Amino acid sequence: MLLIPCPYCGARTENEFAYGGEAHKVRPEHPEEVSDEAWADYLFLQKNTNGTYYERWVHAHGCRRWFNLVRDTLTNQVHGAYKIEEEPPKVDETTYV
Amino acid sequence: MAQTYRLQDRGRVDLERPIDFTFNGKRYRGYAGDTVASALLANGIHLVGRSFKYHRPRGILGAGAEEPNALLQVESGPRTLPNVRATQAELYDGMAVTSVNAWPGPDTDVGAVNQLFAKLFPAGFYYKTFMWPGKAWPYYEKVIRHAAGLGKAPTDPDPDFYDKRYAHCDVLVAGGGPAGLAAALTAARSGARVVLADENPEFGGSLLSARETIDGKPAIDWVQATLDELRGHPEVRILPRTIVFGYYDHNWIDLLESRTDHLSRKPDDRPRQRMWKVRAQEVVLATGAIERPLVFVDNDRPGIMLASAARSYVNRYGVKPGNRCVLVTNNDGAYQAALDMQDAGIEIAAAIDVRAEATGPFTERAKQAGIRILPNHGVAAVDGAKRVRAIKAQPLAADGERLTGASRKIACDFVASSGGWNPTVHLFSQSRGKLRFDAETAAFVPDRSVQRARSAGCCQGTWGLMGCLKDGLAAGAEAAKAAGFPDTKAGSTPKASDDGFLPARWLWTVPGEQPVGHKGKHFVDYQNDVTAADLLLAIREGYTSIEHVKRYTTTGMATDQGKTSNVNALGIVSQARGLPIPEIGTTTFRPPYTPVTFGAWGGRDVGDLFDAERHSPMHAWHVRAGAAFENVGLWKRPWYYPIGNESMHDAVQRESKATRDSVGILDATTLGRIDVQGPDAVEFLNRVYTNGWKTLKPGMARYGLMLGEDGMVMDDGVTACLRENHYLMHTTSGGAGDVLAHLEEYLQTEWPELRVYLTTVTEQYATAALAGPNARKLLQEVTDIDLSPEAFPFMTFREGTVAGVPARVFRISFSGDLSFEINVHADHGLHMWQTLMSVGEKYDITPYGTETMHVLRAEKGFIIVGQETDGTVTPIDLGMDKLCSSKKDFIGKRSLARPDMLDPQRKQFVGLLPDDPEEVLEEGAQLVEVLKDAPPMDMVGHVSSSYMSPNLGRSFALALVEGGLHKHGQKVFAPMPGGKTIACTITNPVFFDPEGERLRA
Repeated sequence: MLLIPCPYCGARTENEFAYGGEAHKVRPEHPEEVSDEAWADYLFLQKNTNGTYYERWVHAHGCRRWFNLVRDTLTNQVHGAYKIEEEPPKVDETTYV
Repeated sequence: MAQTYRLQDRGRVDLERPIDFTFNGKRYRGYAGDTVASALLANGIHLVGRSFKYHRPRGILGAGAEEPNALLQVESGPRTLPNVRATQAELYDGMAVTSVNAWPGPDTDVGAVNQLFAKLFPAGFYYKTFMWPGKAWPYYEKVIRHAAGLGKAPTDPDPDFYDKRYAHCDVLVAGGGPAGLAAALTAARSGARVVLADENPEFGGSLLSARETIDGKPAIDWVQATLDELRGHPEVRILPRTIVFGYYDHNWIDLLESRTDHLSRKPDDRPRQRMWKVRAQEVVLATGAIERPLVFVDNDRPGIMLASAARSYVNRYGVKPGNRCVLVTNNDGAYQAALDMQDAGIEIAAAIDVRAEATGPFTERAKQAGIRILPNHGVAAVDGAKRVRAIKAQPLAADGERLTGASRKIACDFVASSGGWNPTVHLFSQSRGKLRFDAETAAFVPDRSVQRARSAGCCQGTWGLMGCLKDGLAAGAEAAKAAGFPDTKAGSTPKASDDGFLPARWLWTVPGEQPVGHKGKHFVDYQNDVTAADLLLAIREGYTSIEHVKRYTTTGMATDQGKTSNVNALGIVSQARGLPIPEIGTTTFRPPYTPVTFGAWGGRDVGDLFDAERHSPMHAWHVRAGAAFENVGLWKRPWYYPIGNESMHDAVQRESKATRDSVGILDATTLGRIDVQGPDAVEFLNRVYTNGWKTLKPGMARYGLMLGEDGMVMDDGVTACLRENHYLMHTTSGGAGDVLAHLEEYLQTEWPELRVYLTTVTEQYATAALAGPNARKLLQEVTDIDLSPEAFPFMTFREGTVAGVPARVFRISFSGDLSFEINVHADHGLHMWQTLMSVGEKYDITPYGTETMHVLRAEKGFIIVGQETDGTVTPIDLGMDKLCSSKKDFIGKRSLARPDMLDPQRKQFVGLLPDDPEEVLEEGAQLVEVLKDAPPMDMVGHVSSSYMSPNLGRSFALALVEGGLHKHGQKVFAPMPGGKTIACTITNPVFFDPEGERLRA
C-alpha cells in the first residue's frame, strides 16, 4: 500500500487514489489532423518504464484533483508529486533493464 | 491421565492449573501455558497425523511457527479451524483437537496404502499420469483431492466476529525476543510511538526456551524488567499473540492479533481476531531464526524432532520428548540442547555428528558431561514406523557421499536433529530487501533494505545472545533517530553469553545404507511430502532453475512455505548440479508468514456491512408495496411489484400493459445528475458529447451520447439547459460516478482553461416518471404547470409545483409513451410519490420496476448502455451516426475514423423477431447465419435484450449482428444447448410507435 503525497492534501494511502497512466501525454489539439498511427500511439501506447516514471494520479476519495507523481516503478520509491500545471522535480532518473 | 513425561522442576507452565482436553476423542490433561503439542508430548504422544501424499505417520517436528507436520483440526462445527499448528495452539479447558488426513485415525489410516505404491508417486506424478484423456481430469481431481489434503474447512456460517484496526507508529518492532525487546526499549526511551508485536502469548522469544543468564540473573528477569519499563511508556503498544505476517510497500505492515482463540469460553463481545494495518515510519525486524532438520533416511518418523524444539519442550514447557535421545547434528550448537536435556534427566544415548571432527565449545562441554559422540557418522537407517525405536549409525566415507565400515544400532525413543539455522528473513524478503548467502553459516541473511527497515539479532545472522541484545539496542536507537527522535544512544549491552552454533559441516544429504531414493525416504519438505530423490529426479528431467524445481516437485509450496525446507532443497540442488548455492538462486517469500483466516481479512465488512447500499427517498414505500429489488450500481431499485403470488413474468406483463393502456409510475431517482455551470459550460458539453449543444435554449433538453476517447459508447442521457451557462446533465444510474470522473479528468488535465464547474447533485433530487396515455390527465390534477402539448412540448422542462412542493418537470420519455419526469427535492420525494399514487387511483396507476422499464424501452428500440453496449460498440454500430456532429471535435471522434471502425462487418444494432412468437430468446444467445449439425459454427452476433411484450403480443429481442444494419429481413438462428434452434428475422429495432406519435402526444 503506497503512501502517496497528494500536493493538495498531503500524504495519504494508495486506496484513496486512482491511477491515470503516463503523465505528460498531451491530447492532440486537432485530432482529425493526426495520422492513424499517431492517434493509436496516443490512445493505446504508454512508455511503461521499468524505473523512474512520470505518471498521473487522482485523489479520487479525497480532493478529487489530478496531479503527477514521479515514482520508481521497480522499487516504488516516490521521488515527488507536483500539480498538473507545474514542472516535474529534478530527479536522477533510473531505468532498469 | 498421568503426564508421564512432565518434568516437575522446570518449565513455565502452571502446575497449579491443570487443563483437560481431548485428542481424537480421548481425554488428556495438560497445564496452563501448554501448547497442544507440549501437552501431547507430556502424555507421551508423538504420532499426531498422516502426511499429505503418502499418508506417512507423522509426529511433532518443531515448537513454533515452523511446524510442518503437526497440523490439527481444532474443535468441530461452525468454529472448527483446520490445519492449526499444534506447536502454536494454546491449550484451553475442554479443547477438542483431531488429526487431519487420517481416517479412521493416525494409528490405523486406510490411506496409508499409498505408501505401498510410493514408487508410483514421484515428482510430477500428477502431470505425467493424468494427462489424458483430458475429459477425465475432473474425475481424477476428485479422487486425488479426497486422497490427498489436510484439514476440513467449516461449512456453517462463522459464529465469531472479527475486527480491523488501522494504526500509525514511529517504530514497529516485529518479534519480542531478546533483540526485539532491546530494540523496543531504546526506541521507547527516545519518546517514539512504538508497536511491539510477538506471536507468542509471552514475550521473550528464544529466552523462554533457554537457561541463559543476562547480567548474571536468569534471562527471564531481564525480559520482565524490560516489559515493565516498556509498559511505563505511554506511547508504547505491546501486542502479544500478534503475528506480523505481511510487509508491503512504504512500511505498510499487516498484523494478526488473536483475541479469543486461547480462551475456553469465547466472550460474545470480543472479536475472535483483529487485523492491524500499521503504517510505520521505521521498522525493526527481530524475527529470530528457525532450525533446519537434517536430511537423512526416514527422517520423518514420529519422535524425530528439531534439537531446538526438544530444548524448548524441556526448558519452556517442562516436558521430556522421551527418555532416551539420540542427537543427530552437523553443528556445535545442537549440543546445547543435548546438555539441557541431560540436565533434565534425559539419557543422551549418543550424538551422531556428521562433522569429520566434533569440536566447538558446546561439543567440548558435552564430552565433559559424558555424552558419547560419534564424529564423522551418518544415519544408516531408522527403526520404527509410528515411533522411532532405534537409529543405526555408520561412519561416513571420506567424501561424505556414502557410508562405510561397521554400523551400530542405538536404541532410543526420540531423536533431536539439527542441520544449522535459517535466519527468519521472510518479512525482510517480503519488504523486497535483498538477501545475501552467507557461506559460513550456509544461510540467507539480509543484505540491503529497500524500505526504512533494519534487522536485528538472529534474523540478520547474529547468533550469540549478547550480540542479539547489542543488535537490538542499536537498531531501536537507530530507528527512533531515523524517525526524528533524539539520539538516545544504544547504551551498554547487558552481559550475556555470546556463542554461535558453528563450527558446522554442510552435508545437505546425509547418506544412508542405500542410495537416495532406494528403501526409505529422505524428506526435505515434510508438509508436501517432497524427498531428496524427488529433487534429484527433477534435475535429471532437466529442471535447472530452482523456481522450476520448486513448482515441479512442490517443495516449499505448502502452508509452511518451506520454513524448514527451503535451504535444504537449495543445498541438495546445488550439490547435485555442482554449483554454489548463490548461483542456484533464492526463493521469494510472500505474505502471509503464517496462514490468516478469511474472517480476519473480512473483518467487519460482512453481512449488511459488506457493501454500501443506496436507497431512494421512496424506498420504504417500495418495500411496503412488496417490490422485488435489483442492484444497479450500489442502488437497490424496484425490479417489479408482484401482486399476491404473481410470478416475475406475470407481474412484468401486467405492468407493461397497464402503463401503455393507462398510466404507470417509475422511481427514476437513481439517474445520475451532474450540475454543470460556468461561462464555458456549453463549449464543454460540445466536447464531451457527440452531438451539438450551442442551439439548446433555456427550458429545453436534449439527448446526448458520450464516448470514451477510443470511440466506444460510454454513457447516455438527457441534459437540460436550466439557464444561460447552467446545465443539468443526467447520466445512467450505474455510470454516474464514472462519468463525473471522466469529465473532471478532461477538465483538469486537458482543458484547464475552460471555466466549468461540476457538482454531483444525484442525491439532491427524487424523481418519479409518469408514463402512459393518462399521464397528462393525472399530473394536471396536482400541478400548476400548464401541461398542454402546445405549452409544454416534448424535450422541454417546466418549473412549478407538484403536490404542493417545488418541482421541475421534464417532458422526456424512456418508455416511448407520453411521459413526464417529475423532480422534487429529495425530502419531498415520498410525499410526491404518495400523492401521485392516491390521485392516480382513478386511472388505475401502476407502479412499475426496472424490468418493465426495460421492456418498454426495448419495444421502442432505446438502448441501455451496458446492455446493448459493452465497451466495443460505437455510435455507428448503433445506427446513431446522425448524433455525431461533423462540425466539431468531441471525445472519441478521431477514433471513429480509424479503419477498424469503418468496417461494414462490425456488429451492428438490430431488432429480432423469433419465428415462433411465444419463444423468448435467451439474452447472450449466439447467432449464426449458417446452421451446422454441431459446433463450431460461425457466430455472427448475439442477443443483447429479449422479452415477451404484451403490447406487441409476441416475443422480440434486440441484438448485435455483423453488418446487421443492412440485413433487415434476413434470417439468423440461435442454436441452443440441447440441439434446439430458434429461427429469427432481423428487423428494425423500433417495434412500437415508430412514428413517435405517442411520445409527442
